[in-house]
Amino acid sequence: MDGTSEVGLRINGKPFSRVIDNRTTLLDLLREQAGVTGPKKGCDHGQCGACTVLLDGDRRVNACLLLAVSLDGADVTTVEGLADGDRLHPVQQAFVDHDGFQCGFCTPGQICSAVAAIAEARAGWPSVVTPPDTPPGPVEPTAAEIRERMSGNLCRCGAYVNIVAAVREVAR
Amino acid sequence: MTTLPRVTGEAVARIEARDKVTGAASYAADHPLDGLTHAWPVTATVARGDITAVDDSEALRDPAVLAVLTHANAPRLADAGDPMVAVLRSPHVAHHGQIVALAVAETLEAARAAAGAVRVTYDEQPHDVVLTADRPGLYTPDEVNAGHPADRRRGDFDAAYAASEITVDAVYEVTPLHNHPMEPHAATAVWDGDALTVFDSNQGSTVVRSTLAALFEVDEADVRVVSEHVGGGFGSKGTPRPHVALAALAAKAVGRPVRLALPRNRIAAVTGHRAPTIQRVRLGADADGHIDALAHETVTQTSTLTEFVEQASVSSRMMYASPHSLTTHRVARLDVPSPSWMRAPGECPGMFALESAMDELASACGLDPVELRIRNEPPVEPDSGRPFSSRHLVDCLREGARRFGWHDRDPRPAVGRDGPLLIGSGVAASTYPVWVFPSHAEAYAGSDGRYEVRVNATDIGTGARTVLTQIAADALGVPLDLVRVSIGRGDLPAGSVAGGSSGTASWGWPVHKACTDLRQRVSDAGGHVPDGGLFVRADTEQEAGGGTEYSRHAFGAQFAEVQVDTVTGEVRVRRMLGVFAAGHILNPRTARSQFIGGMTMGLGMALTEGSFLDPEFGDFTERDLASYHVAACADVPEIDVHWIDEDDPHLNPMGSKGIGEIGIVGAAAALANAVHHATGMRVRRLPIHPDTILLGL
Ligand code: FES
Ligand code: FES
Repeated sequence: MDGTSEVGLRINGKPFSRVIDNRTTLLDLLREQAGVTGPKKGCDHGQCGACTVLLDGDRRVNACLLLAVSLDGADVTTVEGLADGDRLHPVQQAFVDHDGFQCGFCTPGQICSAVAAIAEARAGWPSVVTPPDTPPGPVEPTAAEIRERMSGNLCRCGAYVNIVAAVREVAR
Repeated sequence: MTTLPRVTGEAVARIEARDKVTGAASYAADHPLDGLTHAWPVTATVARGDITAVDDSEALRDPAVLAVLTHANAPRLADAGDPMVAVLRSPHVAHHGQIVALAVAETLEAARAAAGAVRVTYDEQPHDVVLTADRPGLYTPDEVNAGHPADRRRGDFDAAYAASEITVDAVYEVTPLHNHPMEPHAATAVWDGDALTVFDSNQGSTVVRSTLAALFEVDEADVRVVSEHVGGGFGSKGTPRPHVALAALAAKAVGRPVRLALPRNRIAAVTGHRAPTIQRVRLGADADGHIDALAHETVTQTSTLTEFVEQASVSSRMMYASPHSLTTHRVARLDVPSPSWMRAPGECPGMFALESAMDELASACGLDPVELRIRNEPPVEPDSGRPFSSRHLVDCLREGARRFGWHDRDPRPAVGRDGPLLIGSGVAASTYPVWVFPSHAEAYAGSDGRYEVRVNATDIGTGARTVLTQIAADALGVPLDLVRVSIGRGDLPAGSVAGGSSGTASWGWPVHKACTDLRQRVSDAGGHVPDGGLFVRADTEQEAGGGTEYSRHAFGAQFAEVQVDTVTGEVRVRRMLGVFAAGHILNPRTARSQFIGGMTMGLGMALTEGSFLDPEFGDFTERDLASYHVAACADVPEIDVHWIDEDDPHLNPMGSKGIGEIGIVGAAAALANAVHHATGMRVRRLPIHPDTILLGL
């Protein structure tokens, strides 16, 4: 049928290319075509963050809000791509250590989001709770900063208290 | 033989933690299958009526679309006795949002577009969806949820109330609330002849299996249900919901595997919700705060499909000494989506009302709210006269007050100020009953020194898999890493639902029994497991099936500090603290997460979550996560949780009470009471939104 395009991207370091329906979101491409089911579909509308993945390094995006055809050549990292072999990424390890989840459904998105949030704060990006007189440079990862920066990822199990503890430990 | 230190009581990390942080844990919609197809629901756009025609011609134009199933062409399901899963059986529409057709296609994109192209015509009938406390048609149900009687009367409430020195008479309202587990209800189904396999998201696959067998008239042995990881449920997956029946039906119709993950904005209408309640509470006391008369009268609604009655007045039957008591439920049968269980049905909204009223009584008596509760501690359960198996509410209140610094506060309302912010604190009690249901388990000892335990428990995020492994290891007297516990499959020994905070007790008991027995057999065999292993089975049909001469409940006390912005009307929580008494805590790490999770959901109930049935179109206006506000990370402060370990011999071999729900009970009242202390304003209708505050200040 018409309305298809060829798209090629890298998913967790591996090339993936295919002719796809133009309506395909990045999330559905990952889950239904590439067999990468770590990113979860909680809402499909950019409201929950369960689908959060990293684009071209550590830019966090909601994969459900991006059309895959717009991402030709992109480099996508999902929760599956964070560990170094058997060694968990420090954020993953901190989530285990602090019991930063219960059902685990929001967790892949929380972890990707946390990786990026820590990078954003280190790069000196202010958030709405950063005091206006903060000098340039890395933003101190206070609990308030982490709560604000992690608020795009809902957790219905209510693991926020432990998520904040986990992210703080790595961000320090 | 050396005795190993016990692992129950240890903060063991979740067994599946690594799978959950690496994305390896597979949920219902994560299983790859050859030839998989996708389904998308079409939902009713009228609140009551009959389908007169379905035009699928446009939908079927795309060759990728395999079928549009409706009541007219779908294979007919047998009656399994549960209207929630009686899908595509009739042209009648009982509520807006009911699934009236299902598009099935090669791809998700095609299925979604096809569903959007289906045109359904209705003979629309007038609908009735508005609940008020004085509407016509309110009736007294035979019983309310959990089998409680609708009404109870003790003594002479009217006379005692009329004679009371101090009275409180107030109406509290809770809007409909939605469970919204982060994992939408999903199932992947595939038939092989008469054998059905489904990967399903549920809180108990034993019942999913028997229900599917009944719906499709096949042998239970031929139905495989896999639910290894479940992304939360909070009651909304407690019994089979329509998604699993539809996925299996569609797979049968197209002869291919089918996946159906309900779109988020369809979930509220078809998977259950907490029904709204209007609760009138009257308290009559002497000047010292001793309650003589207590009335708790609940008005709520159910649907035309099912009768589910939120038992909001029930906790008032056991909380406080009350010689004269009246507790009732009235219900309206409306053209609305069917209500169902949501975390602590009954206790959660009911204790918002009772614990708010207790705060009002404390004010009216000029008493400290902690002291008021202590003064009304009953010696036995007021309603039944049964002794409590254990009750440490007073200890929770005292310990919580001490840790929170409660007694340092100025008790006068509206005196705490920090610039434009008003600061206040509140307290409320929590309670949740002890439930335990019969379950079965098997334990196997291998000649290699390893053990396998099988029980159809479901881990919806509670840590069930982990705590069952701890229970098994202790009963076997072996290290944790020699025990493997299999859960989450319908063909395992039958387990009860992950609901009513009953899981650990219900599944842990037969596990304990089987493992204790197996340990004895290994010992009888001289400590050597013969080739071929040793195997035992156990169930608790006897132990868990009957009643008890004790009133068994967990208790807790919650404290909260809020700030109320006098400019914006926004309420923000500064800190929360809970102290609970729930038997032995078997895993402090996962238990703490359960308590905090419940309190967090209670915070959402108090401040952010609310849903309204639109009288015109007859459905919820807040149907997705952008409009129905689940508390986000920035809404939730530090939450401090403690517990008092109870040694209660009247529970189960582990001595545990359930902990999954008690955290939500009382949280909203503690917050509303804190808002009162901050502002002097009593908010009796949740959620407490800025407009309420600004209009009231
Ligand atoms: S699934 Fe993408 S934000 Fe919810
Ligand atoms: S862990 Fe269940 S939604 Fe976050």
